[in-house]
Amino acid sequence: MADPDGNGADAPTLLRFRDDDAHDEPAVTLDAFAAQPDATAVRLEAGDDARALLPALARLQLVEVSFPSFRDGRGYSAAAVLREAGYRGELRAAGDVLVDQLPLMRRVGFDSFAPEAPLDAEAARRALDRYDHRYQPAADAAVPVWRRRHG
Amino acid sequence: MYRYDEYDQAIVDARVDEFRDQVTRRLSGAMTEDQFKPLRLMNGLYLQLHAYMLRIAVPYGTLDSRQMRLLAHIARKYDRGYGHFTTRQNIQFNWIRLSDAPDILAELATAQMHAIQTSGNCIRNISSDQFAGAAADEVADPRPVAELIRQWSTFHPEFSYLPRKFKIAVIAADEDRAAMRLHDIGLKLVRRPNEQGGDLGAEVYVGGGMGRTPMIAPLIKDFVPLGELMGYLEAALRVYNRYGRRDNIYKARIKILLHEIGADAYREQVEAEWVAVRDQGIDPPAAELERIAAMFAGPAFDPAAPDAVDRSDPDFAVWLDQNVRAHKAPGHAIVTISLKPVGGIPGDATADQIDLMADLAQAHSFDELRVTHAQNIVLPHVRKDALYGVWQALRDAGLAEPNLDLIGDIIACPGLDYCSLANARSIPLAQKISRRFAGRERELGELKLKISGCINACGHHHAGHIGILGVDRKGTENYQLLLGGSGAEDVSLGKITGPGFDEDGVVDAIARVTDRYLAERTSGERFLDTYRRLGMAPFKEAIYG
Repeated sequence: MADPDGNGADAPTLLRFRDDDAHDEPAVTLDAFAAQPDATAVRLEAGDDARALLPALARLQLVEVSFPSFRDGRGYSAAAVLREAGYRGELRAAGDVLVDQLPLMRRVGFDSFAPEAPLDAEAARRALDRYDHRYQPAADAAVPVWRRRHG
Repeated sequence: MYRYDEYDQAIVDARVDEFRDQVTRRLSGAMTEDQFKPLRLMNGLYLQLHAYMLRIAVPYGTLDSRQMRLLAHIARKYDRGYGHFTTRQNIQFNWIRLSDAPDILAELATAQMHAIQTSGNCIRNISSDQFAGAAADEVADPRPVAELIRQWSTFHPEFSYLPRKFKIAVIAADEDRAAMRLHDIGLKLVRRPNEQGGDLGAEVYVGGGMGRTPMIAPLIKDFVPLGELMGYLEAALRVYNRYGRRDNIYKARIKILLHEIGADAYREQVEAEWVAVRDQGIDPPAAELERIAAMFAGPAFDPAAPDAVDRSDPDFAVWLDQNVRAHKAPGHAIVTISLKPVGGIPGDATADQIDLMADLAQAHSFDELRVTHAQNIVLPHVRKDALYGVWQALRDAGLAEPNLDLIGDIIACPGLDYCSLANARSIPLAQKISRRFAGRERELGELKLKISGCINACGHHHAGHIGILGVDRKGTENYQLLLGGSGAEDVSLGKITGPGFDEDGVVDAIARVTDRYLAERTSGERFLDTYRRLGMAPFKEAIYG
């Protein structure tokens, strides 16, 4: 299940779970994004409203969500809001991203990670492969156990 | 009661493996204590004053004899031969070694138990009515809905790093035995009138809580059909996760958000969020609730069980009147085992006592026990013709104190004897009060006394008919006295009488309050009724002169 794809020596801490190439346009602030009709990459701070991006989903290719502290869980809702609204581009968790939060972040729709400190790759792989079953549906492909029970 | 299938078991087993991995990385230094702390808390492991404390989940307070015996085993093997039943309808062990915790979880998993989300800033163990499935006044057993919520909330990817802890209670009767409106979300199951479908749904109360800013949850939604409840909860939690305060730990509970934006604005935001999540397939099909409910169908009660009870033993008759309540099935009764012996530590039970309660449940209560938020144990389904034998066995084990809902039935947090957050000791004070009023308990009638050793209110002091809050005043323990709280359907918050007391002083003050109550009460009035009729003034005068 987990197949983190590091993208070379230049950015050893970027973990990606996408087949396309990493988007190379720098992410701009939400305010700047609103003012730049051609911008395709945006960075959401923890307190930013992800719904402000919904009118611009078609042109978005990268949304970077900031985690100033791993304890600050607002970014999980930002990701869920974007995936529910149909966003299919790259969704990157950046900042205080740690091994034990990766599985939850994957579930709400993050598919790339820019941790500020390097992650133990083996521990990350174990964490991502550990659970075969999930109780609730989310933005990932996991089938909730109630669907397995009832078809 | 609920039984795991292969999926539930696989999830709990994976959790054991995950926590073992986390502990290994912590002990090796790969993870800092700051990084580890939220992970261990989400598995119920606190660092207390003297050792680690492990809080084990008892979902909605229901367990069977095998699970109860496993708790006794853990008390013997990993602790000091006893455990402490808590206001969260859980049990905690106070003398745990970190390196043992993964093995304890592995043992728990063999009996379909765990410590998942018993602490941390996540959705906590779901609490419920300890008489569920046995009480005559419920519209349905609330536990299948509680189990549905347990599964929805377990490792919820969006709601595992909330601003603060989040507690949900589910009840299904007008009599509130679970302090429902003092939870972050309180759900009361109700049936709609036939002309509106006659179906079951939930009244949703949001933003209750105790702590340093106690609040009673307002009604946010008067009816959510059960088939849409998980989606509604998802919306309710998302508004909190996005907008709850994170700048100040003391203002981070959802009650503060409700207070700051108002119930109407919160309701509107939840409705908007509900629209957004409605087509996300969050709610399981009705067949899932039916699958769970079938496991709570309840035992086949013998309709021929005799209703008469021989009351010739006067000590038994006293216990019968105080600790035994009506059951929905004729010839049966609900027994509450008091864990409040005179001078004892509220909620504590030895491994031998835990084993005995398991034996009695297996022999006489269709293998079921409940943990109550008042830190007692319930045998929910006892034949009336077995009551005398049950009482004798309890009496021989020091478990037959006839004081349910009386002044000796004290709720107390662990306080400064164990807790690193506490400002004052709770246990010795509870013991002193218990001894002081022993023998007068029934004369004083229903009187719920609750003690917290700090402002976090784990001992529910705001909801006590008489509440006590321990504070630190210039380096010495000081106790504030509160009157008039209630966690029941007549929910209210206690008010502080005035200046605080030292330990002996607060016991004397309670004596003056209860003396005044006896002098003022009219026939049939509980202490709380007299207080509500007369107000604070006469009691204040009695205390301070």
